[in-house]
Amino acid sequence: MDVLDFLVDPLRSGIDRRALLELALVGGFCGALGFWVVTERLVYSAESLSHGLLPGLVLAALAGAPLLLGAAGGALVAAALIAFAARDPRIGPDTGTAVAVTGLVGLGALLALAPDSPQRLEELLFGDPLGVTDGDLAAAAILLVLGGAALVALHRPLSAVAFDAGGAAAAGLRPAPVRLVLLVLLAAAVGVAVQGLGALLVLAVLIGPPLAVRHHARTPARAMLGGAAVAVLAGSVGIEVSFHAHSAAGASVALALCAAAALGSALRPSPGWARGGAWQRSRRRARALPGR
Amino acid sequence: MNGTAVRVEQLAAAYRGEPVLEHVTFEAQEGESVCVLGPNGGGKTTLFRVLLGELEPTAGRMELSGRPAYMAQTERTRLDFPVTAFDVALMGTLAAGRWWLPPRRPERDAAAAALERVGLAGVAGVRFGELSGGQRQRALLARALVQDAPVLLLDEPLSGVDPASATLITGVFDELRSEGRALLVASHDVESARSFDLVLCLNRHQVAFGAPAETLNRAALEATYGHELIVLDDGGGTRAVTVQHHEHGD
Repeated sequence: MDVLDFLVDPLRSGIDRRALLELALVGGFCGALGFWVVTERLVYSAESLSHGLLPGLVLAALAGAPLLLGAAGGALVAAALIAFAARDPRIGPDTGTAVAVTGLVGLGALLALAPDSPQRLEELLFGDPLGVTDGDLAAAAILLVLGGAALVALHRPLSAVAFDAGGAAAAGLRPAPVRLVLLVLLAAAVGVAVQGLGALLVLAVLIGPPLAVRHHARTPARAMLGGAAVAVLAGSVGIEVSFHAHSAAGASVALALCAAAALGSALRPSPGWARGGAWQRSRRRARALPGR
Repeated sequence: MNGTAVRVEQLAAAYRGEPVLEHVTFEAQEGESVCVLGPNGGGKTTLFRVLLGELEPTAGRMELSGRPAYMAQTERTRLDFPVTAFDVALMGTLAAGRWWLPPRRPERDAAAAALERVGLAGVAGVRFGELSGGQRQRALLARALVQDAPVLLLDEPLSGVDPASATLITGVFDELRSEGRALLVASHDVESARSFDLVLCLNRHQVAFGAPAETLNRAALEATYGHELIVLDDGGGTRAVTVQHHEHGD
């Protein structure tokens, strides 16, 4: 068996082909969105949202409804509960959020471990990209097209608000609605991506890619495109590993995404890289001139 | 060039119901410069936030001849965000609307011209976080220039700036005044306030407002700065300086 055969083997399986397509669609969007999630320091919100929607997923599984519907409902309830708990000044927002999320995860586990629960708890927690349906693929494609269009349209306002919210407001933008749209996109991404990666691992596709490219991209646009490419590539690597090592697909993809983040951070360029190599070389030559 | 650019009457503001600024009344004509003096927490940035429409006043009235441009302190910007000096200047074009479309040629030309005006044309492609402190202030000034606003609010524009950048920035301020734009400049520097047309002293309320010769007296400065004020007698006259614990968000 040569290397090419080894690599295309998963494509010969219809199940793995669908998993790759799902991860390409979801990763394409989440990898790009992740740049803004990390930049706007929404990682804790993303984690809370993805964990907190577990009861919605379990209830959808119990009712035989699409998991996407359960994820959407669960995300809405979780967001409202987290917002309510985080407002309590006596305990602070972080503690309030932690209590709300832990309670929601506990409730989800309680429901999922009921004797008549049709879906195994681990599939909801850790995902199953090999089990995606046509509906899941359609939802991922819609997310990529509509979410991608929203990111393109919002590119300038998001950049201005992230760089300096006060200055953006002075230029006529309203930072609060811009950030609200970002949260809506995040909720949509979590709701769709949770089908393949589960409530616990979905964060990897939002956080791994931007961390992998953050020190290498010179502009937000390049960071988003690079993040999308890393997400698709790491998703493919994860499916390859899962196929050949017979490991859990969701966990393999999540580990590949985390490995990409670690690798990207380890290969951090030297300071001043963003100025360009020629500029750097001219500075070094200037410093080396006699008499300086 | 003598129309009213800013008129404020009995303005008050509060954070979460806690009053932070009261009884502010002043007026600036087109082409005039106003130095807004005050200690940390005295209400300078709060006044700017109200004038920008970010913070709703709890009392009073204000009129501006148009949407003001704002030059923030560089400490309020994200130095790790991957944008160039040109990108920062280009953000000023968002004031014209069309935020959902890529910038057009005239907008890009305006950003390039603003960078040229503040002497940053040569580093337009350098990341904002890698510019010197003075260059960052000039890039933020370029963003404000692109907005082509009749009123500019400048939050400590010379703080931490090298002498060359300070000279260039004050030169641009003079040009803006001669173009008929009104400048409101928040500052800690009592001595530099003497070069402005008007001085507004704030310490959670308005202490004084008027020409520098009328307002920069010992009583007004002591009421403005309290124990932060030091008056030096160097033989040739007295000089007032302030001791600042540099905190933002006042």
